Amino acid sequence: MAIIFVLNGKSTTVEVDPQMPLLWVLRDTLNMTGTKFGCGMALCGACTVHINGEAARSCITPISSVSGKKITTIEGLSNDASHPVQIAWIEEDVPQCGYCQSGQIMSAVALLAKKPNPTDADIDDGMSGNICRCGTYQRIRKAIHRAASLQAAK
Amino acid sequence: MAPVTSVDRRDFLKSGAATGVVLLVGFRLPARAADDPARGQEKPLVNPLQAWVRITPDNHITLILGKSEMGQGVMTALPMILAEELCVDWKQVGIEQAPTDPKIYQHGTGGSGSVASSWLPLRQAGAAAREMMITAAAARWNVNRDTCVAQDGGVQHGARKSFLTYGELVAEASKLPVPDFKTVPLKNSNTFTIVGRGTARVDAKEKVNGSARFGIDSRMPGMQYAVIARCPVFGGKVKNFDATKAKSVHGVRDVITIEPVAKGAFTAGGVVVLADNSWAAIEGRNALKIEWDEGPAKSESTGTLSKQFRENAAKPGRIVRNDGDTDAALVRSTKKIEATYEFPFAPHATMEPMNCLVQIRPDGAEAWVPTQAPQWAQDVIAGVSGLPRESVVVHTTLMGGGFGRRYQADFVMEAAQVAKASGKPVMVLWTREDDMQHDFYRPASYHKMQAAFTPDGQLACWKHFQTSTSIEAVWGGKGEEGAEKSEFATAAFIPYQTPNFRVEYTLASSSVPRAWWRSVEHSSSGFVVESFVDELANAAGGDPLEYRLRLIGDDRLIPDFTNPKEGRPLNTARLKGVLKLVAEKAAWGSPLPQGVARGIAGYYSFETYTACVAEVSVKDRAVRVHRIVYAVDCGRPINPDGIRAQVESAAIYGLSAALYDAIIIKEGRVEQTNFNDYTVPRISETPKTEVYIVQSTEEPSGIGEPGLPVVTPAVCNAVYALTRKRIRRLPIQPEDLA
Repeated sequence: MAIIFVLNGKSTTVEVDPQMPLLWVLRDTLNMTGTKFGCGMALCGACTVHINGEAARSCITPISSVSGKKITTIEGLSNDASHPVQIAWIEEDVPQCGYCQSGQIMSAVALLAKKPNPTDADIDDGMSGNICRCGTYQRIRKAIHRAASLQAAK
Repeated sequence: MAPVTSVDRRDFLKSGAATGVVLLVGFRLPARAADDPARGQEKPLVNPLQAWVRITPDNHITLILGKSEMGQGVMTALPMILAEELCVDWKQVGIEQAPTDPKIYQHGTGGSGSVASSWLPLRQAGAAAREMMITAAAARWNVNRDTCVAQDGGVQHGARKSFLTYGELVAEASKLPVPDFKTVPLKNSNTFTIVGRGTARVDAKEKVNGSARFGIDSRMPGMQYAVIARCPVFGGKVKNFDATKAKSVHGVRDVITIEPVAKGAFTAGGVVVLADNSWAAIEGRNALKIEWDEGPAKSESTGTLSKQFRENAAKPGRIVRNDGDTDAALVRSTKKIEATYEFPFAPHATMEPMNCLVQIRPDGAEAWVPTQAPQWAQDVIAGVSGLPRESVVVHTTLMGGGFGRRYQADFVMEAAQVAKASGKPVMVLWTREDDMQHDFYRPASYHKMQAAFTPDGQLACWKHFQTSTSIEAVWGGKGEEGAEKSEFATAAFIPYQTPNFRVEYTLASSSVPRAWWRSVEHSSSGFVVESFVDELANAAGGDPLEYRLRLIGDDRLIPDFTNPKEGRPLNTARLKGVLKLVAEKAAWGSPLPQGVARGIAGYYSFETYTACVAEVSVKDRAVRVHRIVYAVDCGRPINPDGIRAQVESAAIYGLSAALYDAIIIKEGRVEQTNFNDYTVPRISETPKTEVYIVQSTEEPSGIGEPGLPVVTPAVCNAVYALTRKRIRRLPIQPEDLA
């Protein structure tokens, strides 16, 4: 069954099992590997993407459910790491192993869309679904505040 | 190296191919001294312009990374060392992962040893390349080479104000004899412009735009994805299975079995589902019907192990160290303290689950491996395929965390077995459940501590009995004296002065696989020593900081009992230095808000001195850590930014051990499955963490792990200061705070 959706601004058609999660369609069918597999149960946030602008865990999202929707992945955030959140992440030297950071950044972008100037409590609420085993949380917090300033200055 | 199937730890120690393993148990890396004669015989002198630095005629300079990047920042720190001696502009260089070639590189990455072991060899390599450039330039200009200097990626001749880029010189320079590394002039550290400067990670950009390629992102044309059903009980085997339904899953291509491999890899074997994509392979596995022969491990549980620990502790252990007469001191004393501490198995839980992509062809093999031990991966694939090692190309990829888990070759062994059977390129993918239930866990251990005071309050003795499921027993060193020493690490040469000091050990048996976990035995030894000394301070009525400083006493060097020949001695002045520094920065002794208390710990591991102050509160029988302050002395700081990042990271990993890490065994299998029943710290629990670095000029030492062994005791010592409840088992249980 052909499923059609908009991926990072481009109309995309895939013919896969309708139950196949968006994560695996992105990674294995479309070879867009920036979105990561971490737990398969929406527990760690590594697979976070945006569906119609909302943060969603792609590992439990059947591909059939995104038919006709707009998907944004880490690759779609900017062409050149120039999104304010990406800039802030680099300036705060956030990543260590980096594996969770695609998901962290997608969650942060979604948070900032709703709360352009988030408090620490807002960050706790918005980011607690994303695990980082390297423990970069303190820098993530700083980077979100920095990104908020960068966006405000735009 | 011995054939794959019989690789054991002792072979590793001898071969040097597992230098990281050596370091993981606190031994000193032979390659650290580049002038080590044995080392010189093993490896021919390599041309640094081939092995370490690549320069094109149009002056593109690429520095080669011979270690594995797993988040710890070697991709930045190690090239900084090369660039410093090479005299190139840091902004102009590229960095490339070395090919797997143990004849040239010491690939093994572990034991917090990369910077320490590479410091001198990389300086020498960079300096040799620089000197070759200078010689080439002097020859071109026909001038005395003493009048030429290297700078900004070229050579300048002062008198003529001439400048040639390395690119213009490389063709001639590459043909020159390679200078002797032992005598090649190294830069004066006063002239360093790169080493010691906070430097942003070189891999940050690719890690924020999704383009970084981890092992799991590796792709080959025509590849299949494989997921393996392993017996949940350790050591169990497939009795029979029905793959009819699995084969009917859309996208499933085949179902095969692989044998378990004991020595050299410790794989479980199992039933393999090969498919066109990961999802189909996972779904196919779900559809398998398997009957397992669960084997003898089924009778093991956390409860039986705990009982075994207590039975062992009721009897004397084998004497590891015995200074003076501890038993007599215990009998004599009227003031004694006894305490027991217990630790569970702990998983690594790297964010990227294990995976490996391998293709085996008749004429050669190629693999993409997220590994801390590329040379081991190469050997494993060579062993399974029957190909010579030289025909096995191993690409070391970025890793979504290592923490010691990826210093294993089990996942490589499985991928090689499947790839050989299928004839196609195959990625073996582990799910989170696989990762949680088939890890090589931090050993479980039990410690009985005894101490006594003299009538005037001096420490009369210190006795430490430990029983554990040692790492050595898994890797072939069962019963060896060295194995027992390595289970204690710094706990066998504590800095606290006492005339009577005794250390005993009894091995506990278990079917649960164990191996190196961030900071290895220091994770438990550091906790025990730094908690028990806190108990002594409390019993002696002293301030925990002042008591430590007094008990450490005068400045001296304490030999590394676990490795007296090669281990660097513990320098008490440096240990006291970090304790005093952390006390100052954390304002030790100053008032805190109601309901908040501080704890302190100081420790020596991986040749690095760390001290930590934690501020905690307790609410509803749950510990909350508000602030962590560290002082670290890891010798000359190469990249202070990277050091801070690593210590911040170890703080969270240690917090995970203090609050959550527990693998529970029931009927021979792991109960935990995923991040729902295995908890890790999240952003909302993250304390404010500050890291202060001693500006040392000593040899650089480890930093990836040493932050961990101090944070857990600092937290629990703070809990004691606040509640008078002493935490003697990890993770902290609500009932222990009641």
